[in-house]
Amino acid sequence: MELILSKNWGAPNRSAYASLQKLFKMTPAQVIEEVKASGLRGRGGAGFSAGVKWGFIPKDTKKPIYLICNFDESEPGTFKDRAIAEKDPHMMIEGMIIAAYAIGAHTAYIYIRGEFYKQWEIVEAALKEAAAKGFLGKNILGSKFDLDIYQHRGAGAYICGEETALLSSLEGGRGYPRIKPPFPAIEGAWGCPTIVNNVETLSNLPYIINNGAAAFKKFGTEKSSGTKLISASGHINKPGVYEVEMGLPIRTFVEEYCGGVWKGRKLKGLVPGGSSFPVLTAEEAYNVNLDFESCAAAGTSLGSGGFYVMDETTCMVRMLQFTAKFYEHESCGQCTPCREGTGWVSQIVKRIEEGNGRDRDLQLLIDVSNNMMNGRTICVFADALAMPVISYVTKFRKEFEEHVRLGKCPYASTMVR
Amino acid sequence: MSVWENVRTLVRWYASTMVKIKINNKEVEVAEGTTVLKAALANKVDIPYFCYHPKLSISGNCRMCLVNIKGQNKPVISCRERVREGMEVDTKSEEVKKMQQGVLEFILVNHPLDCPICDQSGECDLQDNYFKFSKFPSRLEDQKIHKPKVKSLGPLVTLDDERCIVCTRCVRFCDEVAGTHELCVTERGGHSELTTYPGKELKNPYSLCTVDVCPVGALTSTDFRFKKRVWFLKTTPSICTGCATGCNIKMDWDDSVVYRYRPRENEAVNQCWMCDEGRLSYKFINDANRVFEPLLKKHGEFEEITWEGALKHIADICYENPKVHYIGVLSAQASCEENFTLHSFLKNVFPKAQFLTTKKEVPHPSHDEFLIDADKNPNSNFLELLEIKEADDFAKEGIYFVLEHLTNAQKEALIMAKPKMVVWLASNLGDVSLAGGTSPKLSPPLWADVILPKPTFAEQEGHFINRQKRLQKANKAFEPKGHARPVWMALAELSRKLDKPLDWNSYPNVFKEMSQELKWITQLQR
Repeated sequence: MELILSKNWGAPNRSAYASLQKLFKMTPAQVIEEVKASGLRGRGGAGFSAGVKWGFIPKDTKKPIYLICNFDESEPGTFKDRAIAEKDPHMMIEGMIIAAYAIGAHTAYIYIRGEFYKQWEIVEAALKEAAAKGFLGKNILGSKFDLDIYQHRGAGAYICGEETALLSSLEGGRGYPRIKPPFPAIEGAWGCPTIVNNVETLSNLPYIINNGAAAFKKFGTEKSSGTKLISASGHINKPGVYEVEMGLPIRTFVEEYCGGVWKGRKLKGLVPGGSSFPVLTAEEAYNVNLDFESCAAAGTSLGSGGFYVMDETTCMVRMLQFTAKFYEHESCGQCTPCREGTGWVSQIVKRIEEGNGRDRDLQLLIDVSNNMMNGRTICVFADALAMPVISYVTKFRKEFEEHVRLGKCPYASTMVR
Repeated sequence: MSVWENVRTLVRWYASTMVKIKINNKEVEVAEGTTVLKAALANKVDIPYFCYHPKLSISGNCRMCLVNIKGQNKPVISCRERVREGMEVDTKSEEVKKMQQGVLEFILVNHPLDCPICDQSGECDLQDNYFKFSKFPSRLEDQKIHKPKVKSLGPLVTLDDERCIVCTRCVRFCDEVAGTHELCVTERGGHSELTTYPGKELKNPYSLCTVDVCPVGALTSTDFRFKKRVWFLKTTPSICTGCATGCNIKMDWDDSVVYRYRPRENEAVNQCWMCDEGRLSYKFINDANRVFEPLLKKHGEFEEITWEGALKHIADICYENPKVHYIGVLSAQASCEENFTLHSFLKNVFPKAQFLTTKKEVPHPSHDEFLIDADKNPNSNFLELLEIKEADDFAKEGIYFVLEHLTNAQKEALIMAKPKMVVWLASNLGDVSLAGGTSPKLSPPLWADVILPKPTFAEQEGHFINRQKRLQKANKAFEPKGHARPVWMALAELSRKLDKPLDWNSYPNVFKEMSQELKWITQLQR
């Protein structure tokens, strides 16, 4: 399979910025059409069409337009943007130039996760290189198109990967998500039209411009075109970042790419899209393919491709306890259901894992989760805990009941700590 | 244009600005562009809310006002959702009720439920909404998060952070109304804490408004804290007499003691705010310096005397000195009625009487462009509009009737003038404690001869004309304390003793006569 995103990961990207010659011969509207035609969907988790999103920028706006590259990668289980920045930062920058040209932005920001200091250095160096070669700055390659890119480091909050919280943080405020609408494309950074795209989404653009939408669309399934970086971790023999064609069966991915479940053990469950999405049991997982539709049909999501695998010795209650603790810690605290619900869920799951659970706790977990999700909150952070909770409790109910019945964790002796 | 054309234009305009929506299957007409919450409240549909405040920006964080809209698959917060023609809103189906109960349950997860010792208890939105919309027992079996219980945010406001529901009304008040940006939320999630920015204190001149906007017992007035359970308080609509602005207030009192003022909504005067200085100005009503009995000066000292005795004494002196100057000193501190009755009394009884005015003067008066006026008198405009011809000064020998407090310069002039008699109508002997107040040299024994105790504005009805020339009424909260008598009552009695009887018999009666005599008063805005 031809690689789109990771083709230069072994050696320097000699073809970087090749797409720009072609880009500047196109009009911005043509670029947007091309990206729409490619079917490129957002790789940050939501899977929204990138071209359609760009189209939301008001045509007659007098305000400056901003492009933001969302590099606040902090979803537990996801580490693919980091790989892009470390191994081929110029592809990301090239993608940003394409996106900025398409939407008419002359200032772009890379909002980079605060913990990514090394990556910040790499990207900073890459930006300097690009500027030195005239790919950034005034009148890029004689096109009369200007673009400056700045990096902005986050301060360690997961929620700042949510695009509106990112904007609040970028503006210097507390990383609180904003109520939508207005969407950032209408009122984003400093009240101006703003497009926020994920690192991986942007990195696909050079290929689309170089080879055309049709070539890109040959990859993947009808509705999920292209390839996807999957960050594979957990109980597998070969963890790492893999570029796969959309639509690859999970069984093939686990067995051929990841080298199978480790220690010859059986698969108990896995999460294909990052900790914010429902878990799949082994039986479910092996009927699902790595594309947006197939994952959605199975009740989960391809999300950001944070693929983690749990073998048969894993305690699912403890797994949920880890997950819940993360969301409790990261809830921004702005709106009630999430602020109070994440902590409450976390406490209940902890109690069950420690052997102090009660029969009624399982129903309580589901009730509390239902009260947190589906539009009860400003952003979908609460859903990102509620959905996994409901999936763990319903799909592995027996394990939860056993914890309550025994008054202790039955996996305590076997699980890797 | 005929009248009918005007009416038709008006009807067309009205129709174009109204939309029809259905709230719980009942069709209502509401103003275009309003929010679902406002539309519902205007139509007596109760939607619970915490973070929404009509004078602050929408933050949409409490999630209490979630409703369902037909055709939308997710609930919306009604405080922010604008009405659209044909919209169908559901605020009380089982589904919505469950949603509201869910949110209330979340709010209560970490709430300390210390209502028995909470000042807000009895006027708490959380209590009210719980009883109206939930009433479910707690399902929490885990530890609550603990936070600072008694934290002084500034000189006047104390925070109990455990009770805080992080609605951020107070933060938005400081950002948007006071413009001083003292408050912020720190930490995250359930550990979110309301606090001041590092190095800042909550000490803007309107800081106690944060206590008003706090829907729960998190922000409490350090002054009012633990003084009174609110259900014992009676509330009288009144006017703040702290300055010329005349903020509309709710006076909360019990057993003839005033405990606090709270702003009363009046869009034209104070919206729903008031300043801290005005809010704490209630203390003079309960002050230890109050006079409760008529006092008569004998050998340089005041002695208590009966009303009969005091009035008789005054009448005797008046009879003995028919030819002297009679001078009334009207005050910008006193109500229209008090000033009017003194004015009217002197003109009727002593047709040649002359008048002077006095007002409270403060060395460096606080003032701003919002509510705080540098003129610390509630009724300056009455004296202005009365257009009395002022006598030259206090130098005349004669008989003085003084209403409220004189300035120090006036007192000195009065002492120099060696008047025959000074009758002082006052509710208290003055702010001895304040700098610039009465020094011993100018204490009443030196310049007054008879002191007639009058009630404060809390104990009687009265009107004040504020800086906008609005005629505003302060209602009577409780009966005059001690043997204080309203000015009209004292002067009517005195007029009978002087054989020129005035027939004032009640406040409405005085007000009616005032309106007849001073026609302009009826034309003032209310």
